[in-house]
Amino acid sequence: MLYFSKLRILFITLFSVLFILIASSNLFKFDDDFFDKKINLGLDLQGGSYLLLEIDNEPVIEQKLQNLTTTIRNYFKEKNIKINNIKIDNQTIFFNVTDKDKQSVLDVFQDENSDLNPYYPRFKSHQLEIEDTGLNLKVNFSRQGLIKLKTSSQDQAIEIVRRRVDEVGTNEPNILKRGNNRILVELPGLDDPMRIKSLLGKTANLTFRFVTNDENDRFGVEKLKFENGLEEATVSKRIIISGENLLDAQPKMDTQANQTIVSFTLDRVGAKRFGKATSTGIGKQLAIVLDGKIISAPVVRDTIASGSGQISGGFTFQTATDLALLLRSGALPAPLEIIEERTVGPDLGQDSINAGMIALAIGFMLVIIFMFVKYKIFGLITNVTLIVNLFILLGVLTLFEATLTLPGIAGIILTVGMAVDANVLIFERIKEELKDETNNILAFNGGYTKSRTAILDANITTLLAAIILFFMGSGPIKGFAVTLGVGIFTTLFSVYFIARLFTSIYVSRNKDKEKLI
Amino acid sequence: MIAFNKYYNHFNLLSSVLIVVSLLLLIFKGLNFGIDFKGGTLIELRASDSKINVSSLRDRFNQMDLGDVSVKKFGNDTDFLVKFENKDNKNNIIEEIKVNLDKSFGNNYDFRRVENVGPKVSAELLKSGVIAISLSLALMLIYIWIRFEWQFSLGAILALFHDVIVTLGVFSLFSLEINLSIIAAVLTIVGYSMNDTVVIFDRVRENLRKYSDIKIFELTNISINETLSRTIITSATTLLALLAIYFFGGEILKGFSLAMILGVVFGTYSSIYIANTVLVRLRVSQKTVLREDDQNKLN
Repeated sequence: MLYFSKLRILFITLFSVLFILIASSNLFKFDDDFFDKKINLGLDLQGGSYLLLEIDNEPVIEQKLQNLTTTIRNYFKEKNIKINNIKIDNQTIFFNVTDKDKQSVLDVFQDENSDLNPYYPRFKSHQLEIEDTGLNLKVNFSRQGLIKLKTSSQDQAIEIVRRRVDEVGTNEPNILKRGNNRILVELPGLDDPMRIKSLLGKTANLTFRFVTNDENDRFGVEKLKFENGLEEATVSKRIIISGENLLDAQPKMDTQANQTIVSFTLDRVGAKRFGKATSTGIGKQLAIVLDGKIISAPVVRDTIASGSGQISGGFTFQTATDLALLLRSGALPAPLEIIEERTVGPDLGQDSINAGMIALAIGFMLVIIFMFVKYKIFGLITNVTLIVNLFILLGVLTLFEATLTLPGIAGIILTVGMAVDANVLIFERIKEELKDETNNILAFNGGYTKSRTAILDANITTLLAAIILFFMGSGPIKGFAVTLGVGIFTTLFSVYFIARLFTSIYVSRNKDKEKLI
Repeated sequence: MIAFNKYYNHFNLLSSVLIVVSLLLLIFKGLNFGIDFKGGTLIELRASDSKINVSSLRDRFNQMDLGDVSVKKFGNDTDFLVKFENKDNKNNIIEEIKVNLDKSFGNNYDFRRVENVGPKVSAELLKSGVIAISLSLALMLIYIWIRFEWQFSLGAILALFHDVIVTLGVFSLFSLEINLSIIAAVLTIVGYSMNDTVVIFDRVRENLRKYSDIKIFELTNISINETLSRTIITSATTLLALLAIYFFGGEILKGFSLAMILGVVFGTYSSIYIANTVLVRLRVSQKTVLREDDQNKLN
């Protein structure tokens, strides 16, 4: 156990130096790319905002079902199969069939090549499920169908969220999917997420629709409130143009009316429809509806064929800027709800770093003094090992550009406290061996060999706890699991290679000494 | 040699009482869950005006109809922690609060931290916390069951349960807040306590093989004494590190380090007085380990 080949010593030295260099790249600037890595600071240390958004898919599902009823009705009409009383109730489509046609209807839904009901061979499932309850059939999304629908609305939503966040221009935002209906947004350095929160909270569904007094409008009507919540107007459900037709939107100052407006440009289809609507609708009120509320309802005075126009609605410059941003980035497929928010200001982050570093320094000093007092020369060996261990730990974290959090710093301090355990186990064992063994070298060999299972057991148990924490924990806690887990490996390395190297040198030089430890 | 075994019965009784009291506390008083597990909003606020204090803040917040509001000092005189239910999970609640506070305090305050956890998320966090702790206990059970004979597994697991339950009992007794970092602490305690137990068990097993004529009652005592200095030194250095976190690591880590400190103390105690006494009560003898050895040889 005490013999080290030259090659091995070289390897240990190189390895340690390498990681010490990597660790120190956090403090100095290296030209080399490999060394120029830094430990990422978690949001709790550098300040920033963590938002967890949940997509409310209910409206999407309802809309899809609504569309489906039309598709189903038309499909069977074309095939001359009679279905009637088709309706949606409680997120399920119901319709009646005749005894004669029932089987052919069922066949259409269960055919793997059905164009009405797409089949996903990979999941061995159709998009829709049909339930046979006599002459009344129930159609619903299958589990797979629902998952597909959710992931597709998540894909769309994450794109829009990314655009909106990018438009606000925060540094290095982190936008990730969580499950199939959540989006995680991490905004480092942002201590006031108010604006982003309000931007993400809006679906930004924009429509231009005529105000009408005709209750029997062919497309149906609905009563909508104005943004100020006071007035109301009856608006046709017929959509002239929607947000999808917008190419661009910008806040502008209307010098004539001395008010802030949002000017917009339409795509070709939109421009055409807008031109047609404004030419036939002169004198009518055109309501500009955002997320079910009327922003304004100006009277059409002239045909607008240029494909550009403007929205006024008593905006401040800020609200106009935000509205333009929302219109540019597009509408969310479904409303988002912020279900978790954690924001840390930058000064608290800095305070936490300072406190963590002070605690680390003090904890380290206490442990080092304790070990030196207790073990003298072997305490010194342990302490040198402990310092190298700390650097290797930081080096590994740097190499993988791991995220350091406040609990993560606690994990490092705890590692310092627990790292001496292995050395203590060995030294205590050596002491015991020395009681009946006069040969120092044999005693040391015995100490190392006989303590090995206990050390392994002890570290595996802690590692198991760290692994569970890593997979179950979130954010800051994950950082703790990482430092604790990595700390176990660096500790074992430093105990079995570095500390043992020093001990072997010391013991071989003092093999005849009476009281070694 | 210290005669630890003289007090086996006394401390078993004490531990039983501690566990029963802790369980009663957990059942009847319950735990003081923080917003991570209960849902709600937390604001850490720093004031730069002496007019802002606990009572003036409480007055202000109570006028805002936020449900149950708690205002506490946080660390020093200028820092406060405000918590409320935020039942409707309103997204712009923080903005409204700022507008409200501006009216009375101007801008002599600063929100240093804002956390808002919706009811769905808090329920999930609680569930995953419970799963994490159960999973870690199960994994430890499996690990020790592979490494040792069943009598040892039982002892180690009882010791673990003791540590977790009594630590949570202390948190219940003093109404200390349970948040995500406490779950992390409990898991680390599980690892640490196991670590401590395993080291002694390792020695017990070694001694069982070595001495056939020493009764387990004596043998556990010998093993505890042989590993005692290691137990003391490791606990001491770990506690030193934890005390450094507790006193210097800032307010946010206080709960975590306190839970860990309790856990290390209970963990060290239970390795000696619970894990080992189980071996004694189950009359573990040389046969127990030799039988297992034979089986391993046959396999």
